[in-house]
Amino acid sequence: MMNRKDLLGIEDLSREEIEEILEVAKSMEEILERPIKKAPTLRGITVANLFFEPSTRTLSSFALAEKRLSADSINLSASSSSVLKGETLLDTARNIEAMEVDIIVIRHSMPGAPHLLAKRLEASVVNAGDGTHEHPTQTLLDLMTIRKRFSEFDKLKVAIIGDIRHSRVARSLILGLHKMGCEVTVCGPPTLIPKWMDVFKVGINYNIEEVIPDKDILYILRIQKERQDQSFLPSMREYIKYYSLTYERLKKYASSKVVIMHPGPMNRGIEIESRVADSEFSLILDQVTAGVAVRMSILYLLSRRKLNENNN
Amino acid sequence: MKITIKGAHLFDPNNNVDEVGDLYIEDDRVTDNFSATSSQIEIDARGLYLLPGFVDIHSHFREPGNEDAETIETGSRAAVKGGYTSVAVMPNTNPPIDNEGVARFIKEKAKEANKCRIFPIGTITKGRKGSKLSEMGHLYEAGCVAFSDDGDCVKNSATIRRALEYSLLIDVPIIEHPEDTTLTSEGQINEGVISTRLGLIGIPDVSEASMVARDILLAKFTGGKLHLAHISSENSVDCLKYGKNKGIKVTSEVTPHHLLLTEEEVVHFDTNTKMKPPLRTKSDRKALQKALKKGIIDAVATDHAPHPDYAKELEYSLAPFGVVGLETAFSALYTRLVLSEKISMEGLIQSMTNKPAGILNLPVGEIKKGGTADFTLVDLNAEWTVDPAKFASKSANSPFIGWKLKGVIKFTIVGGILAFKEGEFL
Repeated sequence: MMNRKDLLGIEDLSREEIEEILEVAKSMEEILERPIKKAPTLRGITVANLFFEPSTRTLSSFALAEKRLSADSINLSASSSSVLKGETLLDTARNIEAMEVDIIVIRHSMPGAPHLLAKRLEASVVNAGDGTHEHPTQTLLDLMTIRKRFSEFDKLKVAIIGDIRHSRVARSLILGLHKMGCEVTVCGPPTLIPKWMDVFKVGINYNIEEVIPDKDILYILRIQKERQDQSFLPSMREYIKYYSLTYERLKKYASSKVVIMHPGPMNRGIEIESRVADSEFSLILDQVTAGVAVRMSILYLLSRRKLNENNN
Repeated sequence: MKITIKGAHLFDPNNNVDEVGDLYIEDDRVTDNFSATSSQIEIDARGLYLLPGFVDIHSHFREPGNEDAETIETGSRAAVKGGYTSVAVMPNTNPPIDNEGVARFIKEKAKEANKCRIFPIGTITKGRKGSKLSEMGHLYEAGCVAFSDDGDCVKNSATIRRALEYSLLIDVPIIEHPEDTTLTSEGQINEGVISTRLGLIGIPDVSEASMVARDILLAKFTGGKLHLAHISSENSVDCLKYGKNKGIKVTSEVTPHHLLLTEEEVVHFDTNTKMKPPLRTKSDRKALQKALKKGIIDAVATDHAPHPDYAKELEYSLAPFGVVGLETAFSALYTRLVLSEKISMEGLIQSMTNKPAGILNLPVGEIKKGGTADFTLVDLNAEWTVDPAKFASKSANSPFIGWKLKGVIKFTIVGGILAFKEGEFL
């Protein structure tokens, strides 16, 4: 049974904890299917969504999860560097905690920022993405989406395609898929796959056409246009030539049962062709739907101890 | 002032001294024995090792400019508490030590603090900007013992060439901080498996080794004396081997943290594991230990780099680079390297005394009749736990917090005067 103060990364979770989060998420989904999509589960619990980076999907998903479970919540967005404002991140968070906040959901551009808060605060801390490190709630919603489609994880073959180097989504997802027994291959330009990728025990292949054929899932990552200014790529045009998941590539190389996933936001026409994103193979919107239920599950499991104390 | 030290284990491998005996000090020199009655201070040193006072050729005392992190007074206290009697301080102060005024200010402050010997290192270039050479002659006459733009590498190869050439005039070393910053970029920790896992931007070891190679070749070309600061990687050690084998005038140093820790320490995002160069791999650490043992790396230097707690309690990527080291260096190295037989006591002591003294031509670091009376008395059997609340330094950013270490500094004598006595500063 999950009994932890914080959710910082997939790295710390056991398979049993992941299973429990997905199981509880399933019952949360039932709440979402009711005509009145609200339960009193987290009444009296206060959540602060502390977003130091722009976010649409993740922030609205957390905000809705909190509302659906009747928690009180506030959203705080801040410039990416707390130092520029003169207040340290820790002081900002201590101030929020002083207002009797139970859970802090944090999105930050720097790896380890949620870990710093978790160490120093009594409030629970949920990592909603820390730089290029981890994005555990994304992985959990991805796993929920996969489970709904495939029911079993064992031996599923997954390719993650794109900018692996700068992707917190990839890091968390690889760890999560491995814990569930899947096989993972990463694919992308050599400059965007870290030299030490072996540490993740994944297959590495620079050629998308070799990667596609035997996969159950093609997980496409967003490619940021800045990467060409930083000399990771010669041009977007060349990226599209070698790595874009086009309908033609899909038809020519993929299994007929393949599914396509993408964490968003998509660059249509760059890493993924519109026709693929909108095709029957795509689970992209299912991922978003699963996001609310998974986050409800996480918020509930992290508050469970406190709720029990309150009831006693 | 006359001091008698009774029954100490005198230990100076450089002069083949390794025996229990008495030592007599008159004024600032070691002298022949005098009658017990004329001695003003007598130290019962039975059970203690008497070592040449340690010499650190790479510290940051932050004054002038960053007195919230350290001052010459607090840095000096940290030094003598750690058994150091001589410390060379780096010029990345504000203003930097690029003119005689600042060099003299530091000498003056050192005199006021009156704890250990302090030797300013002047900048290689004016303002540490990497372009125009500092007035090395004037700085030398104002007390500077070497030149360095430490914290920054001299990027322009022609400038470091001219510095090495010009230094022949006064025969002091040019200390280079070897780092190709185009390869370092925004890097935070070693580029390797840990940076890959944590998503922190990596600093590849070649960012150091490529500059080590460049500088060694320039030292060969110019005949200047080159000293390379804080060597951290196996690739750099290989380049140093080349330099030593060719008889090029190159020396180097390694820090206690690079000798004892690896990149694995970073996994909990503790900002006390953040320094430049970064902690590297196990194989780098092994190569550094071996290089120190074999004399390919000459000296241990602390790179004592204090930062106040509020500067270190930040997101990992925002925290400044650097850790303190003067108060833990000897005990940490003795406990983890000597007691585990990775390096001999002789080797450790030489790399902390006569060898660093030799690099900067300092007349200290030995036990010999007529020699400078700078000594450290240490109880090798006593144990202590590193506790940031007990540091004499103004800052507590140590990567060794909580470590149980053997070896407690009992007395530190500088120039025949007791500077530190059983936990108290005199």
